[in-house]
Amino acid sequence: MTEALAWLIILLPLASFVAVALVIRPFFNRWSIAAGWVTIAAIAGSFVLSLVAAAAVFNDGSIAYPSRQWIAAPGLVIPFGILLDPLTAVMLVVASGVSLLVQIYSQGYMRGDRGYARYFAYMSLFTASMLGLVLARSIVQMFFFWELVGLCSYLLIGFWFTRPAAAAAAKKAFLVTRLGDFGFLLAVLYLFFQGGELLDVPTLYEAIHAGLIATSVATWIGLGIFAGAVGKSAQFPLHTWLPDAMEGPTPVSALIHAATMVAAGVFLVARFFPLIELSGTTMDVIALIGGFTAVFAASMGLVANDIKRVMAYSTVSQLGYMMLALGVGAYIPAIFHLFTHAWFKALLFLSAGSVNHAAGTFDMRYMGGLRKYMPATYAVMIIGGLSLAGIFPLAGFWSKDEVLVGALENGSPVGIMTFLLGLIAVLMTAFYMFRAVFMTFHGSWRGGADAEAAANASAHPAPQAAGGHAGDGHGDGHGDGHGDEHGSHGGVHLAESPLVMVLPMGILAAAAIFAGILVNPPTALGPIEKHFFGEYAAHNKPVFPTHEDAVRAGAEPHFNLVIALASTALAVAGIGLAYTFYGRGQASVSLPAPLAKVHRVLTRKYYFDELYERVLVNNLFYRRFSAAFEWIDTNWIDGFNYRVTLWTERSGRALTHLQNGQIQAYGTAIALGVLLTLAAYFVWGA
Amino acid sequence: MGAHDLWLLSPQLAMAALACTALVVDLATGRSKLVLWLSLIGLVIPAALSIALWAANPADTLVFFGAASVDRFSLFFTLLFTGVAAAVIVSAEKYASRFQEQRGEFVGLILASTTGMMLLASANELITIYVSLELTALPVAALLAFLREDRSAEAGMKFLILSGVSSALLLYGLVFIFGFTGTTRLDEIFARIGDLQASGGFDSTVPFGSYGLLLGIALAISGFAFKLAAAPFQMWVPDAYEGGPTPVVAFLSVASKAAGFAVVLRILYSAFGSPELAVEWSALFAVLAVVTMTLGNLMALPQKNVKRLLGYSTISQAGFMLIGLAAVSANTSAGSLVAGPQSVVFYLAGYAFTNLAVFLGVIAITNRTNDNTIAGFAGMGRRAPVTALLLAIGLISLLGLPPTVGFMSKIFVFNAAVNSGLAWLALAGVLNSVISAYYYLRVIRAMYMEAPTSDERITLDPSLGVATGIAAFGAVLFGVAPWFLLRAAEIAVRSLSGVAGS
Repeated sequence: MTEALAWLIILLPLASFVAVALVIRPFFNRWSIAAGWVTIAAIAGSFVLSLVAAAAVFNDGSIAYPSRQWIAAPGLVIPFGILLDPLTAVMLVVASGVSLLVQIYSQGYMRGDRGYARYFAYMSLFTASMLGLVLARSIVQMFFFWELVGLCSYLLIGFWFTRPAAAAAAKKAFLVTRLGDFGFLLAVLYLFFQGGELLDVPTLYEAIHAGLIATSVATWIGLGIFAGAVGKSAQFPLHTWLPDAMEGPTPVSALIHAATMVAAGVFLVARFFPLIELSGTTMDVIALIGGFTAVFAASMGLVANDIKRVMAYSTVSQLGYMMLALGVGAYIPAIFHLFTHAWFKALLFLSAGSVNHAAGTFDMRYMGGLRKYMPATYAVMIIGGLSLAGIFPLAGFWSKDEVLVGALENGSPVGIMTFLLGLIAVLMTAFYMFRAVFMTFHGSWRGGADAEAAANASAHPAPQAAGGHAGDGHGDGHGDGHGDEHGSHGGVHLAESPLVMVLPMGILAAAAIFAGILVNPPTALGPIEKHFFGEYAAHNKPVFPTHEDAVRAGAEPHFNLVIALASTALAVAGIGLAYTFYGRGQASVSLPAPLAKVHRVLTRKYYFDELYERVLVNNLFYRRFSAAFEWIDTNWIDGFNYRVTLWTERSGRALTHLQNGQIQAYGTAIALGVLLTLAAYFVWGA
Repeated sequence: MGAHDLWLLSPQLAMAALACTALVVDLATGRSKLVLWLSLIGLVIPAALSIALWAANPADTLVFFGAASVDRFSLFFTLLFTGVAAAVIVSAEKYASRFQEQRGEFVGLILASTTGMMLLASANELITIYVSLELTALPVAALLAFLREDRSAEAGMKFLILSGVSSALLLYGLVFIFGFTGTTRLDEIFARIGDLQASGGFDSTVPFGSYGLLLGIALAISGFAFKLAAAPFQMWVPDAYEGGPTPVVAFLSVASKAAGFAVVLRILYSAFGSPELAVEWSALFAVLAVVTMTLGNLMALPQKNVKRLLGYSTISQAGFMLIGLAAVSANTSAGSLVAGPQSVVFYLAGYAFTNLAVFLGVIAITNRTNDNTIAGFAGMGRRAPVTALLLAIGLISLLGLPPTVGFMSKIFVFNAAVNSGLAWLALAGVLNSVISAYYYLRVIRAMYMEAPTSDERITLDPSLGVATGIAAFGAVLFGVAPWFLLRAAEIAVRSLSGVAGS
């Protein structure tokens, strides 16, 4: 794999962005269908090259292409280049593969949307940014693409920006993730002041293995990096943006949730794993936040009525798993789970989009009985659900078990605690997933978008445009208007989605089944002896200098039958529970009083939106801090600024009087200049 | 003198021949369009020769008994001047209709002045420097007066007289230098000064070690400061810019300034590059930089005429470049010595793209509106979307925002200053950047936020459009990917003995 080909992985989608945004959209918008094809072709190219890259890594291990200098002034050297290691290769395949299928699906899903070309322009840029992030060799480069990923998610979540809810969600996603990015930025700066050459990742790895980085330094840098990851991967306490991000088009959600934005956080922690590993404190923080998020998010998924929101909480919860795994040192299981999760989560999101295509709404209370009308979607959703729940032998089973084994074998109190949290999350995951399946597909049809509109009309006497309720935007019924706003999905048409949408789902379903086989290739079926994925990821000398390092990071996980049985039993129990309550497609279940209270807390998302927006932002920040700062600003700073501006302008005007147009004056100025120069040398010189 | 000399000097000779050809063809045919396109195609020859010489990189760079040195430093500028001359000639295609019957001569004079600049960048001897300087300036004086209006004539006259004054200062300074060192060749001056320092011939209580050298260097710098548009030798700039034909002003502001900096860099680093002397002239440039930036910026604030505004902008930009001249590191390790001159050369090249984008954009619009006031640019974002965009890119680059080359240039200049212990100078530069935002953004605001005065669309001529596009593209390209230009600038300045010597 030459370096030029590696660059091409980034440049192809970037070129398609330029072509779509600067050529097709402004000049040929009549043939905007070309935008989709250009994007698909470019990303398909990236995908093929990613496979080539993955094969190259299989042979050669970590490949660091030469570090180039973006800026090379004496005292200021900023490198850039390409780093292609197993982690990168896995991310490349996931990001370009999922993106490719999502683009094909979007051809059907977005057809007829007025922003069709704009959509594909953003998607190209989004994919390019993510690929650029994972290929970055220098940390500055990484930060650049990291921010681009954030920007693109803003643009895509707010794609239907005329809807207030979408605009607000985009803003929220951007601001909340920025909070984490600030931590990342501080970490980068801290690292830079430790030595500019450390901005180059392979050099950083060498410095770490040579013991040149102090533990205290590693702790702070690690926490800063994790802060960035918390924001992007929507971990507690910066998880609030992700459910709202469902306002974007569904394929965007699939891409964000499976392969790009949220995976970026896990990738970042994994990229700096050798550095983070130096500090036990950082590791414990990561493990605990990950474990907590896994349960916390899953619990909110138990009660959500919007099918996309169920998936969103599921993503947060699964990312918690990955963080948990990284925190207990199970690096390879974490990456493996990211890999399997990408396929089945993309599948689930695309299924949700397909359901919406038929029902015109995302609210499961108005669905039901869709099994009859959309058998293909039903089948793939069951596959995705089983994989997510972790049922043998689907992909999710293998990776989830490895994470749990990793936590248990860590042995520390933190390890045990996170292991238990992980088990609880298994039960919850199976329940919410199959609750969604039953509510959507079983029972009888409850009317979809039409019924929802009618219900809203009676609930809110005032005539209200679709597009979210301004008042209770954070309560239930947030999913309304997803379909109504943009032409093609408005209204109900009960039928299976077109082939262009079903086909990508079928491919993803196959991946959701078979991606787990990578741990157990058919050649070695039986008790697990050969762990292909582990070997692949461990083939990374700069990160794991010795074989023991790789084993410690989970390259050869043991198959723990007890854990496998226990987690499967929990998953089956969760599915059974879901069937008991929702098996006949019930729209809601009446709960006894104490549970109803819990239910309410869960539907209100533990009141975190209220805490952040009302207490922190409005009361504490706006009323207290901002008021104080505003006073200082108006009285001191503005006053000062005003005077500075005034005097600057006045002096400008005064000086122009010197420019009187008289050549004698100009000559005099020259003479004076010379005399002053000489005089200055005589007075101050020597 | 031999074939080798001719080969080394071939870009300059080709340019001189081209200038003569342009004049002769104009005289013989009187078809100004023909002259224009012929010269444009002809410019390929000196450009190609410069590239060939850069690639060949001959070991012996001295020409005509050391009168000139055709090294990569001079070749860098030779190429730059050729490019600027091409852009200026293209920009005059439509504008030249105002020159009445002198259209053909316009091209010839531009090329003659370019020849002077190319010689100036390679001159290695005081008398050659002086003669090249005059060859550069005299055609410009004529060109400024080309419009045959009062303002234009005034511009040409003022430029001629003040140029004469500054030449006198320069010549006086050169005489002192010759008198002190007994030679006119820069490399010999450097050696002579070294001998004197070694033999204790220098008085450490006197600036520059002796009064002769002090007078010589200070007067010479004052003379050059006219070309650089450094305060207080900059008074001619706004008047000349406002009155002169816009293509000539673009030429003056980009090429002429670059030539001035080239010769100053060469003299300072070839002849007076020893650390003891460098400390002395560095202080002078630090002061000149602050005064020039501040004066240029403050006086730009109340301007209402875009050309006059750009005149003050040129002055303030010169101030930023002077920071790079002041950034002489006390640390004499090779890396830190390069930073200052490298940043200046990078700045000049980036500035050429940037300022050409601005001037060509202004020409494209004013060719049709004939209105040079800022108010005349109102609503151009709608009336001339492409031109306005390119012009805006240029202005953003002048202001120094990423992702443009102006941002990178300022980063490098400030970085060089900080590394030389001149953090205060970098700070002054940053503050001045802030002030400059006001007047650069004012033009952009007029173009995009104010209502157009008419609905008439202003189309962009293909040739002018291509030239403006290239300039704006360069301004962005070198802002995103500066390494190529940065490396070329480093190679260029390393051929100056004072930079490479230690």
